[in-house]
Amino acid sequence: MRRFTKTFTAVAALAIAGTAQAEDVEVLHWWTAGGEAAALNVLKEGLAEDDIGWQDMPVAGGGGTQAMTVLRARVTSGNAPTAVQMLGFDITDWAKEGALANLNSIAEEQGWNDVIPAALQQFSVYDGEWVAVPVNVHSTNWVWADKSILDELGIAQPSTWDEFVAALQTAKDAGYTALAHGGQAWQDATIFEAVAMATGGPDFYRSAFIELDEEALGSDTMKEVFDRMGTLRGFVDDNFSGRDWNLATAMLINDEAVFQLMGDWAKGEFLNAGQVPGEDFLCFRFPGTQDQVMYNSDQFALFNQGDEVSNAQSALAEAILSPEFQIAFNKVKGSVPARTDLDASELDACGQQGYEEYIAAGQSDNLLGSFAHGYGNPASVKNAMYDVITAHFNGEYDSETAVEELVTAVQINM
Amino acid sequence: MATAPTSEVITPATGTPAPPGRSALRTHLPRVVLYIILALFCIYYLLPLYVMVVNSLKPLSEITSGGMMSLPSDWTIEPWGSAWSTAQVGVEATGLRPYFLNSLMMVVPAVAITTILGALNGYVLTKWSFRGSTLIFGLLLFGCFIPFQMVLIPMARMLGLMGLAGSVSGLIFVHLVYGIGFSTLYFRNYYAAFPTELVRAAQIDGAGFFTIFRRILLPSSGPIAVVCIIWLFTNIWNDFLFGASFSDFDSQPMTVALNNLVQSSTGVKEYNVHFAGAIMAALPTLLVYIVAGRYFVRGLMAGSVKG
Amino acid sequence: MSHADTPRRSRSVDWLRDALPKLVLSPSIVLVAIFVYGFIAFTVYLSFTDSRILPSFGWVGWQNYTNLFRIRAWDTAVTNLAIFGVLYISICCLLGLLLAILLDQKIRAEGFIRTVYLYPMALSFIVTGIAWKWFLDPGIGLEAVVQGWGWESFRFDWIKDSDMAIYTIVIAAVWQTSGFVMAMFLAGLRGIDGEMLKAAQIDGASTFALYRRIVIPQLRPAFMSAFVVLAHMAIKSYDLVIALTNGGPGTATEVPATFMYSYTFTRNQMGIGASSAVIMLMTIAAIIVPYLWSELREKK
Repeated sequence: MRRFTKTFTAVAALAIAGTAQAEDVEVLHWWTAGGEAAALNVLKEGLAEDDIGWQDMPVAGGGGTQAMTVLRARVTSGNAPTAVQMLGFDITDWAKEGALANLNSIAEEQGWNDVIPAALQQFSVYDGEWVAVPVNVHSTNWVWADKSILDELGIAQPSTWDEFVAALQTAKDAGYTALAHGGQAWQDATIFEAVAMATGGPDFYRSAFIELDEEALGSDTMKEVFDRMGTLRGFVDDNFSGRDWNLATAMLINDEAVFQLMGDWAKGEFLNAGQVPGEDFLCFRFPGTQDQVMYNSDQFALFNQGDEVSNAQSALAEAILSPEFQIAFNKVKGSVPARTDLDASELDACGQQGYEEYIAAGQSDNLLGSFAHGYGNPASVKNAMYDVITAHFNGEYDSETAVEELVTAVQINM
Repeated sequence: MATAPTSEVITPATGTPAPPGRSALRTHLPRVVLYIILALFCIYYLLPLYVMVVNSLKPLSEITSGGMMSLPSDWTIEPWGSAWSTAQVGVEATGLRPYFLNSLMMVVPAVAITTILGALNGYVLTKWSFRGSTLIFGLLLFGCFIPFQMVLIPMARMLGLMGLAGSVSGLIFVHLVYGIGFSTLYFRNYYAAFPTELVRAAQIDGAGFFTIFRRILLPSSGPIAVVCIIWLFTNIWNDFLFGASFSDFDSQPMTVALNNLVQSSTGVKEYNVHFAGAIMAALPTLLVYIVAGRYFVRGLMAGSVKG
Repeated sequence: MSHADTPRRSRSVDWLRDALPKLVLSPSIVLVAIFVYGFIAFTVYLSFTDSRILPSFGWVGWQNYTNLFRIRAWDTAVTNLAIFGVLYISICCLLGLLLAILLDQKIRAEGFIRTVYLYPMALSFIVTGIAWKWFLDPGIGLEAVVQGWGWESFRFDWIKDSDMAIYTIVIAAVWQTSGFVMAMFLAGLRGIDGEMLKAAQIDGASTFALYRRIVIPQLRPAFMSAFVVLAHMAIKSYDLVIALTNGGPGTATEVPATFMYSYTFTRNQMGIGASSAVIMLMTIAAIIVPYLWSELREKK
């Protein structure tokens, strides 16, 4: 009992010390896996050099949705964290509530406007105010392939939809699982957006999924997209539903499956299994989207702590966008830096290619937000789209119904 | 575990000695069948644990290369060490270790207070019932059904107003509020079967409210206290939603850490470490089951009835 | 002690004695009044507002309710809860009672067996969900193992089948709580007066009759506890569904709890989430209140 009381007071004292010290940042995030958490630790140590403490508040789950729930409870109770990891429209939503701090003075001083592409600024900047700082850029329109099977079956790297279907057919005929896929809503949507981009091109994608234009949503092109999803459905094995994406990746690693459509974070799984890019596995853009980069960027939004942006907050924001951290973090995470003015020679081959493509896409208006990952439309619309896509992929709708349902879903949830 | 019932207890099935003249087989056969049935159920309950234990003792490569149901070919306890002290659950690789204390500091007071309140409520509602007490019980009970997702936001606001936001006391308070209904239910329904004459007799002897509770009801409350404590302990220990939402960086309970270990979205999933962590996280609850199980002994009641 | 003092003091003592039980009960009443019924009222109010990411107070009338009933997943969720609730509650009660009676026969290793039956409660579904998911997965779990033993035609792929997936959730849920129900019944059995049984036995009642006529009727309050606990678990089965199927395949295993969470928090449609909570509470009330009423009134 005595010991219990003692620890109790110790912890209580710690809590008081924690709140008393002004120069601390409390960071709510969902990076808890080995690599990414370790990468974040780089940031923590950097801040420690400036005597700024880091109070870690990790809440993983559901690709950040769990953390967003916690955030709402925290804000409601008047106990908002200093900085919060966020994606796309969540930032906009919180900015609308007036909960985020204005970082314009640091942005000007550091020249952020010149180094962050306009596509990303749509989210980092709300109503003319910088409210969030991007850490990295993931890209979702990648195909991963098992090289040994491709060689065995004599399949060349496909560059059009028809070639891709032919390659899948060859693989299926040879008795392999042609497409490794996990039947979870976000995975279905990740495939869907790549197919939509390949089928209708960037303009179609933009008007349908970002501008939510009803004509584009209900168009014949959209029906074609659903038809193609149906084609892909035929190349997936029977046990796909509910499978985690990394178990799908494991099917490639174990030479059971040939292709997987997944964002660039899949690379980590291959590397972790001791595979070498170019030798054991290949990565290439989804056929028909070679010029486009569909992005998903992790950002940190800073919450209002009184009228002024605190020193600790500016230090954190500055540190996140510093060239050193951008490189150090993305080397580990498998994504590319959000800043476009860096020397990428420290990244691996896949990373360097990704970085070049990211910069090029940003300049040629081919950098588009991935709606499957919250960078196309608000959460309510996104999830309503998930429902339709998943229902169609599981055979509950035919393509025609799916198109109609998609239009309705957007109407209800706008 | 002292589980052998005391000698004065009669169970319906075995109370009567077998009539003389039956063969040994006929007397023993029902017992053998009984044990076989019990053993089969043991297998049903243990199967998922088997999957977890087996996979927590394999290297990750063995799991992802298939054979998730088979025994490890290369035994290792590394995942256990990792889950305990070196796995990444935040920016620092601390494992689950530091979070155990947070959880204990929350669970122990919450369970103790809620159980005692429940016992007192049950006592009042059965032995000191008054006009409207049944209605009050009904209202308390219906409160058990309120969905937690629904209370999250208003509760956060209330905790903020009470100055309990992001503190251990706040968490204890929340668990207390939503645990009362159940603890009252258990004790009320248990005490309902308790002979009221005993209480009346003690009242005539001049015993007060608390004396009767302490001397007469409490000593025979063992089995139901076990049920109540198991329920509360398990629920509070395993709660994630409240633990994540109402804690601060320095009071996050174990489930949040376990969830962080397991639910990384775009990172490598170390299933073996996940399973080891899950079993580890359940150990305190298991310990409670085993220790509290001792009080499941029958006969306390019978003794008290005889007075 | 003066003569005049005594009656007044004893009156205040009397008052205290009368009020004491109510005083003991009052903190619980206050807490529940605010944090349960107050919050229910708040939710009812929210369900008529345009709340999205945080509560907001623009009145929109019945719009959230009309939208709710246009959402197909809500129908699925309600149907699933009905299937799941009925199966789960009845199987758990029967199994729990059976195991409690079996375990009450002076079993040698009772402590061990009881713990084995109970332990699933200790594990959080955050992780046991993965074990169950693998076990039920036809590619790697039971089906694969049995086929590996040579029974090639063995099929167990319910979790991948939209029509059957909800039943796999019943299997896992029963696994988790039936042991606890057993413990509740066991506590009830142990609370039964031994003298009464002895007397009945002397009268020559058979074992079966003994249970049916004397033991089980005395377990009625325990049944009520079990029912409330199980109904509560059925309605709140969130972790379980998320871990096992995450509502899939498609939306085949969506239940009201997952629906409510997803609309309130994931989809930023707090108004619709609140309206689904209200409908759910009303449904629960329609089922639970009559039961509690009959059960409690009889006691009186």
